[in-house]
Amino acid sequence: MIAILDYKMGNLRSVENALKRLGAEFTVTDDADVIRSADKVLMPGVGNAAEAMENLRSASLVDVVRSLRRPVLGICVGMQVMCRHSEEGDVDCLNLFDARVKRFEPSADLKVPHMGWNTIGNLESKLFKGIDGGEYVYFVHSYYPELCSDTIATSCHGVMFSAALKYENFYGTQFHPEKSGDVGERIIENFLRL
Amino acid sequence: MVAKRIIPCLDVKEGRTVKGVNFVDLRDVGDAVELGQYYARCGADELVYLDISATREGRQTFTKLVERISDGINIPFTVGGGISTLEDAARLLDAGADKISINSAAIANPSLIDSIAARYGSQFVVVAIDARLMDDGVWRATTHGGSRPSDKELFSWAQEAQERGAGEILFTSMNHDGTRSGYPCETFARLADRLSIPIIASGGAGSVADIAEVLTVGKADAALAASIFHFGEITVGDLKQELKRLNIDVRC
Repeated sequence: MIAILDYKMGNLRSVENALKRLGAEFTVTDDADVIRSADKVLMPGVGNAAEAMENLRSASLVDVVRSLRRPVLGICVGMQVMCRHSEEGDVDCLNLFDARVKRFEPSADLKVPHMGWNTIGNLESKLFKGIDGGEYVYFVHSYYPELCSDTIATSCHGVMFSAALKYENFYGTQFHPEKSGDVGERIIENFLRL
Repeated sequence: MVAKRIIPCLDVKEGRTVKGVNFVDLRDVGDAVELGQYYARCGADELVYLDISATREGRQTFTKLVERISDGINIPFTVGGGISTLEDAARLLDAGADKISINSAAIANPSLIDSIAARYGSQFVVVAIDARLMDDGVWRATTHGGSRPSDKELFSWAQEAQERGAGEILFTSMNHDGTRSGYPCETFARLADRLSIPIIASGGAGSVADIAEVLTVGKADAALAASIFHFGEITVGDLKQELKRLNIDVRC
């Protein structure tokens, strides 16, 4: 069973629909026992990193997530809270990925939020099996995880940043695979096959 | 670099898409999900569904439809039309919309932008501005399909919308909409220079060259079009190939 972590950070429907389209069985839950016993855990998230950390804390899920040993995929803010620290609300996060999350600085040539389709490269994980560098995926974010030793995909918006991260069984994508067309569907499928 | 986006716009009335020819490989061009999937296959980067229903029943049908769209489409989509309260926005978010577009309601009640953005994030809020160049040389935001000028001037209103939390501006020139004579690119460029959020250009595209111009000279981040796609004059895929040949960064 796949668990979609419900910690009140935005609508989960897109992720649910992506799993449905792939024929996967899942449950949406904030129950620690269900999460611990799941084969895979998905942690989506739209919104504010500090609020996301607060919600994880108040649901007593911080240690639960950190102790998971099966594959976990954080998406967007779900990934950012798995990093060391976020500038958004100046909050210490789960410290699974060795990256800090910083804000894009808008300039004449740089729109913030980084919104739309951008290419990913330097792909280094089974998560990207069958996907070539240079494929486009869909991003919507104003904060980004810096490059670090856990980076398994990069993208560029004014600066190079981590489009995906991996540490042991923990994976994260800054982009939205559930909104990234066929490429995104393949990434989710690859995650389910880990 | 983030690619320039091409966004087909689908009008929905009483739960059915209106306008549009019978594409050869579609069973039912009036089915919003099927038409959306067709555009997604062709390479559309996002979709906009605009509810033009006049009745309350039509609006309820639209919410059901948004659920089906969310089930069946794997690219982002925006919904607009008749959204005037936080509750409307919440209902459409729950139905699976990635973004909502607000227009007249934001002019009547600008704090609607703040409340939706604060609750669901800026990425969820597109502020649509239908502006008309008046005789005194001022671009004025209009309501009710362009028929009523408001007290909002385009540039200051767009900036205000950004400050209140809009994630994108969808700008339509009512002087150009439906004329197929191209976009007011200088105005688009001035708007882009004043804003830090993305701008979607709408209304006026008659050719690939028009779209190319607004994405380069006009500095728009995305182009939204309806009739050139619906009437099968050019496919989304062919348009993007043409843009790519013109060295415009598009996903294809």
